[in-house]
Amino acid sequence: MKKLIILAFLLFAAPLYGEELTGREILDRIDKNYEAKSRVSTATMMIKGRRGTRTITSKSWAEGYEKTFTNYLSPPREKDTKMLKLGDELWIWSPSADRIIKIAGHMLRQSMMGSDVSYEDFMEDPHLGDLYDVILSGQEPVEDRDCYVLELTAKQGKKVAYHSRKIWVDKERYLALREELFAKSGKLLKRLNIHEVFKKEERWYPKKFTFKDVLKKGDGTQIIIDSIEFNVDIPKHVFSKASLRK
Amino acid sequence: MIRFLLKGLLRDRSRSLFPVLMVSAGVFLCVFLYSYLNGAIGDMVDASARFDTGHVKVITRAYNELASQMPNDLALAGAANELEKLRTGHPRMIWAERIRFGGLLDIPDEMGETRAQGPFFGMAIDLVNNNSPDLALLGVAKAIVRGRMPAMSHEILISHAFAEKLGVVPGDKATLLSSTMNGAMAMHNFTIAGTVRGTVRFGMVMIDKSTIIADINDIRTALDMADFVGEILGFTEDTLYDDDRMIALAEAYNTAHSREEDEFSPLMTTLGEGGVMGDILRLSTFAVTIVVGIFVFAMSIVLWNAGLMNGIRRYGEIGVRLAMGESKGAIYRAMIMESICIGLAGSIIGTIAGLAASYYLQIVGFDISDMLQKSSIMISSVIRAKVSITSYYIGFFPGVFASVLGTVFAGIGIYRRQTSQLFKELEV
Repeated sequence: MKKLIILAFLLFAAPLYGEELTGREILDRIDKNYEAKSRVSTATMMIKGRRGTRTITSKSWAEGYEKTFTNYLSPPREKDTKMLKLGDELWIWSPSADRIIKIAGHMLRQSMMGSDVSYEDFMEDPHLGDLYDVILSGQEPVEDRDCYVLELTAKQGKKVAYHSRKIWVDKERYLALREELFAKSGKLLKRLNIHEVFKKEERWYPKKFTFKDVLKKGDGTQIIIDSIEFNVDIPKHVFSKASLRK
Repeated sequence: MIRFLLKGLLRDRSRSLFPVLMVSAGVFLCVFLYSYLNGAIGDMVDASARFDTGHVKVITRAYNELASQMPNDLALAGAANELEKLRTGHPRMIWAERIRFGGLLDIPDEMGETRAQGPFFGMAIDLVNNNSPDLALLGVAKAIVRGRMPAMSHEILISHAFAEKLGVVPGDKATLLSSTMNGAMAMHNFTIAGTVRGTVRFGMVMIDKSTIIADINDIRTALDMADFVGEILGFTEDTLYDDDRMIALAEAYNTAHSREEDEFSPLMTTLGEGGVMGDILRLSTFAVTIVVGIFVFAMSIVLWNAGLMNGIRRYGEIGVRLAMGESKGAIYRAMIMESICIGLAGSIIGTIAGLAASYYLQIVGFDISDMLQKSSIMISSVIRAKVSITSYYIGFFPGVFASVLGTVFAGIGIYRRQTSQLFKELEV
């Protein structure tokens, strides 16, 4: 009888132990969820400031995480401004100046188009597993979704915009529904909240989210992904400096 | 009587030379220190007023909260109307519009790609208008070392150090990269004014490091600030700061125009109001009081001591004068008269020497730029003394007063001498 109880326990417990993920495995699943050979998307960014809300629309072409080309579609002042990211380099072209300007150094910490997102945020490698050590610190629901809570600390020698992060990862969809980004001093710098998600080709993707620079006044920047296509063939010339002027 | 006393003083050098030297040295220090502090602190206040605070400044309430961050998104709307109102309402004041901004100056190569770039502090003023009050207030034309004044729009001046860092010469193109008042990216092309080296040197390390000066209308276009202004600065007609007058002006303006519930309503602040400048102004008054106070106190003690020593040395002379029937009061008054003569002589010599040294420092100055390489405050890199009307009398009266005070204390001993004991004492 005793043997039977042990056998029954092993039979039921084994799958349960198999489902128990480590922090690293959870990060890998997040990366896998986002991973695609290429992406073409259009997005709307609403920047809520003290004098009102500005809406910017853009279209982006991305190949992996290394190459991104963005064309701003509206409002008129920003229309046709283009941005090219190749690895860890970023160039901007504006029709008003007709100059290709490289963004580097402290300018990378500046706000992108007046939003709560900095160029550095835009440039960062989203493979968090490469940059951070991770601890699974608990489980907590976010807007009725069960989530893992991960605490990430930058690996020695890795150049990161934020020394540590705390993320709440949806247990089913492997999307970080909430994220808090901290400076080395432990000061909270930015907060990200995903309000709406959608499913596209077996992967879950954020539809509407808010990025808030907590050091700035205002209600943050809301980003809506209007459309997205994965694994699209993008001509090579798109990711060249020549295409900035086109 | 005075002639008689003067003869005595001149013939007996020990009664005149040392006290006169003492008073001269004290008065010299007083005049020189006052003029030096006046120059150093005055320079700082004046520089801050001209470049930053004005004597009064009109900004929005929201801008005032974050002024150090140059928050152009909180700029004052209806700039032209506001400026006109101020000029009409206060015609004796000088009013100047400014926009302060920051960003990156990018220098293109022959292919139009980035050759060099660096962060800058920018100041937009009425630059291409010959009647602009800012040209005189900031001394822009005098500050140009090489190159020329911008003569048309889209021309800028950049600081000497910055030009060298970026490797640019007058005539080179530069692209300003900044944020519009709505937070969007601003990219605008300019030409660096000048034919040799478009450089500006204001003699202030913070500004000299990496500054660009542009025309306010160009910056309005670049930063999408049509009819907006960051700050309107007001100065008295003689550009001398008058705290009471400016406080009264600001109170009247704020009562009439500023509404607490509207964060974008205009607010007038004064140079002395709070902040570092207010502290510096209070410190400057306090420092002058301390310098003069210490001088009078220390000199009185030294001259009192000198009087006592003199009294001991002249013990016999005073005894003989008393024995001959001169009253104690007459001797005391004669000694005080002597001290007035010494005080006057010492004060005149000390004031002349102090003024001469101060004038020298006013013209030559101390170059402290090496000490200010990492300076973040607006301070002149050459400290100069400043001789004002006060410099002429600040040491004079304390010099005479300290000399008399020392004698008044030291001479009290005369009244303690007993006539009956005089011959006994003189025998000794």
